[in-house]
Amino acid sequence: MSVDSTTTTQGTAHRNMTSGQMAWYRFTRNPAAMIGAFIVLSVIVAAIFAPFLAPSPQSAGSFVDFRNRHTAPNAEFWFGTDNVGRDIFSRVLFGYRVSLGMVIGVLGFAVPFGVVLGLAAGYFGGWIEFAIMRFTDVMLAIPPLAMALAITAVLSPNLINAMIAITMLWWTWHTRLIYRIVRAQMSEDYVEAAKVAGASHTHIMFRELLPNCVSAISVKISLDAGFVILFGAALSFLGLGVQPPTPDLGTMVSTGSEYLPEYWWEALMPGLAILYAILGFNLLGDGLRDMMDVEV
Amino acid sequence: MFYYLLKRAASLFLVLVGLAILIFVIARIVPGDPARIALGPLASAEQVAQMREQMGLDLPFHTQLWNYLVGLTHGDFGKSLLTSRPVSADIMQALPATLELVLFTIVIQIVLSIPLGVLAAIYRDTWVDNVSRIISLIGVVTPGFVLAIILQLMASYVFTFFPVTGRLDGGLDFSADVTGLLLIDSILAGRPDVFGDAFMHLILPATALAAAGIGQVMRITRSSMIELSGRDFVEASRAYGVPERVVTFKYMLRLACVAPLTILGLEFASLIGNAFIVEFVFSWPGIASYGVRTILQKDLNAVIGVVLVSGLFFVIANLVIDILLGILDPRHRLREGASK
Repeated sequence: MSVDSTTTTQGTAHRNMTSGQMAWYRFTRNPAAMIGAFIVLSVIVAAIFAPFLAPSPQSAGSFVDFRNRHTAPNAEFWFGTDNVGRDIFSRVLFGYRVSLGMVIGVLGFAVPFGVVLGLAAGYFGGWIEFAIMRFTDVMLAIPPLAMALAITAVLSPNLINAMIAITMLWWTWHTRLIYRIVRAQMSEDYVEAAKVAGASHTHIMFRELLPNCVSAISVKISLDAGFVILFGAALSFLGLGVQPPTPDLGTMVSTGSEYLPEYWWEALMPGLAILYAILGFNLLGDGLRDMMDVEV
Repeated sequence: MFYYLLKRAASLFLVLVGLAILIFVIARIVPGDPARIALGPLASAEQVAQMREQMGLDLPFHTQLWNYLVGLTHGDFGKSLLTSRPVSADIMQALPATLELVLFTIVIQIVLSIPLGVLAAIYRDTWVDNVSRIISLIGVVTPGFVLAIILQLMASYVFTFFPVTGRLDGGLDFSADVTGLLLIDSILAGRPDVFGDAFMHLILPATALAAAGIGQVMRITRSSMIELSGRDFVEASRAYGVPERVVTFKYMLRLACVAPLTILGLEFASLIGNAFIVEFVFSWPGIASYGVRTILQKDLNAVIGVVLVSGLFFVIANLVIDILLGILDPRHRLREGASK
């Protein structure tokens, strides 16, 4: 991004800044990152305050208004209405709740699990490293969507099972990332010093090594959030995730696509809403990566 | 080189075996009796018991697993509950369609993304670079199914000459039985009309499938070209008076292809995954469509078969990429061959 040029100028102009201030300065001077932060914030606000922001909160459920079905976007229904007359804009706001809930659920389990395995593999080496990393390789060889489809299908499709399926695949990326960082850190003096000082394995892993992974993890989480949304929406789109009448963006696209091309907004608007959220998390993640200067 | 490939093939084979075991275990630990699912809720207890015996479900777990793995070695995935045919026959029937779509997609990705990445690197920080950055961002963040729907909408309003479903127009009488790939078989049979029609059917699904990869590969090509342009050997060639054109396209491009190829290998898994969705949207008669259909019917043998075949593809794709990398960058095969 345009960070390349700003970093060089601020290096000379702001010598007396702390590294945190400099990082923040770099972040605010990166238009893409600021747009990303704004989008993410708007999605979070929409999800939390959906019942107050939605022009028609009853549209979130199995509400029916046949007089207004298939209405094109207008001043009253910003995104139009669907096949039973529900306001699509309101459903999108509630849909973000499902999407963000999924992000929190999936990453809440996958990240700690992946990080601990990555730390263990990198720190202990030997057969522990072999077992963990080979298992990770096997998991990574599975096309994620195919696997998620298989899991949700055998467990019967619903939101929780979709989340379980995604979680089962997601930890591998974090294991790989942390493993790579820890391997690089193991030869550093501070690790050696901690060992000599007689620190326990858990102390070195969680108090010495983990803090050095935090910036990489936070960048990864931001980038991941977008892809979890994408993944969950894709599962719902195929009918294997969230079931109606819960307002999920993927399910809305799927239902709407039955009325293409005449009632184009019914599939397109929720689709663009998904795109908007993913775009936000991506820009934010890229911005954080430039700001903290880490490889993910 | 031979030793290096053998080693790579062996480790990839282990990955496949691990995958087969893992999927079998997952399929068996889930609640629900496969025999009961096969027969439906109306079957009597005796019928279910008989079916269990027929399916070998009464045997101890490790015997079942062993039998399954032995079956796999000669391409036996068991019988599909949905079609009552061997899963391998079903997969073989649907495979060419997917193969054609995926190969066509990869060709699009390479043909578009590497030149665009090189252009973006040459015209760094100009409008060319910015446009390429925006294209790649859109490609990365647009979900496959959203793009597929946008393309379908455009096809029905703007580009009406693009067909939106299937592989071939129903009116055309043609059976692809040499390779199963319509584009190749139609040339072999001397049928330009079929070739043209199949080509038109491919464009939209392949575009929807290619977008994510194009974005990533383009960015990677750009950054590795920029990184290479500062290297000593490049500066030295320039100092010797080698024309910039030769430096860029002969020396740098060759090495700059290494990173994008690696990414393409990794991307392959998500490509297969996205194929599930794109095939679904465009009613493409491939293994992904078959997979979705069988998944909804809880047809476990078929599901395992589809997931394993996609895993096999992923492994083969990575082996091919390894070979290409070894050719492009000799250090790659030396390094891999030397370690342990």
